[in-house]
Amino acid sequence: MIDTFVIPLVKILVVLNATLVAVSYMVLLERKVIAWTQSRLGPMRVGPYGVLQPIADAIKLMIKEDITPVRADRWVFTLAPIISMVPALIVYAVIPFGPTVTIFGHAVPLYVTDINVGLLYIVSVASVGVYGIILAGYASNSKYPLLASLRASAQLISYEVAVTLTLVSVILMAGSLSMVSIVLAQEQARVWYGFVQPLAFGIFFIGSLAETNRAPFDMPEAEQELTGGFHTEYSGMRFALFFLAEYANMIVVSSVATTLFLGGWLRPFPNVAWLGVLDLIPGWIWFLVKSFVFLYIFIWVRATLPRYRYDQLMRLGWKVLIPLAILNLVATAIVKVWWLA
Amino acid sequence: MGEAIAFYTLAAFILGFAVLVIATKDTVHSVLFLVLDFLFVAALYVLLEAPFLAVIQVLVYAGGIVVLYLFVVMLVNLKRPPEAHQDPRRRTWLGFGLSAAILAELAAIALYSSAGAAPAGPAAALPVAGNTEQVGWLLYTRYLIPFEIASMLLLVAMIGAIVLAKREL
Repeated sequence: MIDTFVIPLVKILVVLNATLVAVSYMVLLERKVIAWTQSRLGPMRVGPYGVLQPIADAIKLMIKEDITPVRADRWVFTLAPIISMVPALIVYAVIPFGPTVTIFGHAVPLYVTDINVGLLYIVSVASVGVYGIILAGYASNSKYPLLASLRASAQLISYEVAVTLTLVSVILMAGSLSMVSIVLAQEQARVWYGFVQPLAFGIFFIGSLAETNRAPFDMPEAEQELTGGFHTEYSGMRFALFFLAEYANMIVVSSVATTLFLGGWLRPFPNVAWLGVLDLIPGWIWFLVKSFVFLYIFIWVRATLPRYRYDQLMRLGWKVLIPLAILNLVATAIVKVWWLA
Repeated sequence: MGEAIAFYTLAAFILGFAVLVIATKDTVHSVLFLVLDFLFVAALYVLLEAPFLAVIQVLVYAGGIVVLYLFVVMLVNLKRPPEAHQDPRRRTWLGFGLSAAILAELAAIALYSSAGAAPAGPAAALPVAGNTEQVGWLLYTRYLIPFEIASMLLLVAMIGAIVLAKREL
């Protein structure tokens, strides 16, 4: 009873709540880091150093007026933020935050579930999330959101190809689609795949910036050209849902990058024996630290790089990243068959 | 018992959404019902213990192909005045006749296969375990030629699309 119902439910609750809190604090972190980059202080008023800012933001967004444009497609307009948010949350089901640990005599794996198509599940659920953006732009019945959503869908479809191809190289290395097995394969190989597959890691990183609509690829919400992009017509909590979904997606891609390329819950340098003391730190802390570094780099990149032009974005995706990803995949397959078999 | 309930519930949803796909006036709503339909079909695959197929169904159909449909629907203005829907050349009875013929054919196939062939036993033992591995194994051994032909077809379609789009190349 406890093992089949209570523990999974508790895990789902913990993961969902932790995600939502992490998402709101990502927003604060982003504002702070960008402020520091630009020699500003960032939010300072609510709480010491502004640490309560997310709570103030949440209250503000909830009590704001919720406007639906008159000419909007009412059903789709309501549905779009939900479609954005739900896929961003349900992918956390397969992300392995840590190995199995024993809590009060119960063996508790630190992930909600481990399905044997875990990685594909993440990719496919994320591909459904695209609808949120497209439909938001369409349902608003307004020209800038529509332009933004067309850009967004083209961008997401293009970069999905490159990102998925790099995932296939990792699947080839690990011989499994399960997220847990991929980490275990890295444990057995005693190396993080990021070191074996640097090209795939790089393409994945660039691709995930584009997939999450982050700068320098934040074309769908380029505020100078599109007055805010696909969510221009949204207000209040519905706008907040888009915002939260974007940050939830950032955490997802960081977690996936950590799992696939940075060894998941493994300590740094699993091949160096004398670093074994690092195993005293629990695996889930390593996981969170690695994901945090990745998230920090996301913000850092946004604060540093100017936005790409749309044609440059497409050229990079189709003429550079996809050929490189295919090349990397073929090379991985050849090495795997000839040298490692 | 539970499986039967799950199957019939899913089947009812699939059929219901399929009807909505063709009955809805707004093209975008129609495409959205199609997505829902595909998601329920994926659930059906999960019920059949084919998780790989279920995930691919979502990835390729719900997440890939229908996005392109939506793209086309949004780029092309499909809002026509109501009188444009009255097509004098519409062959209503021919449509009904063809539908009836297809229905009869499907019924005949269903009757024939349920009466004739024994229920499919457990699949022949494969040298690999796991759903994904088995799909891969079958694709590259027993179904190698259909698989390769399908990839040839896709290649041809791809070249055709490029030729059509870039005539002056």
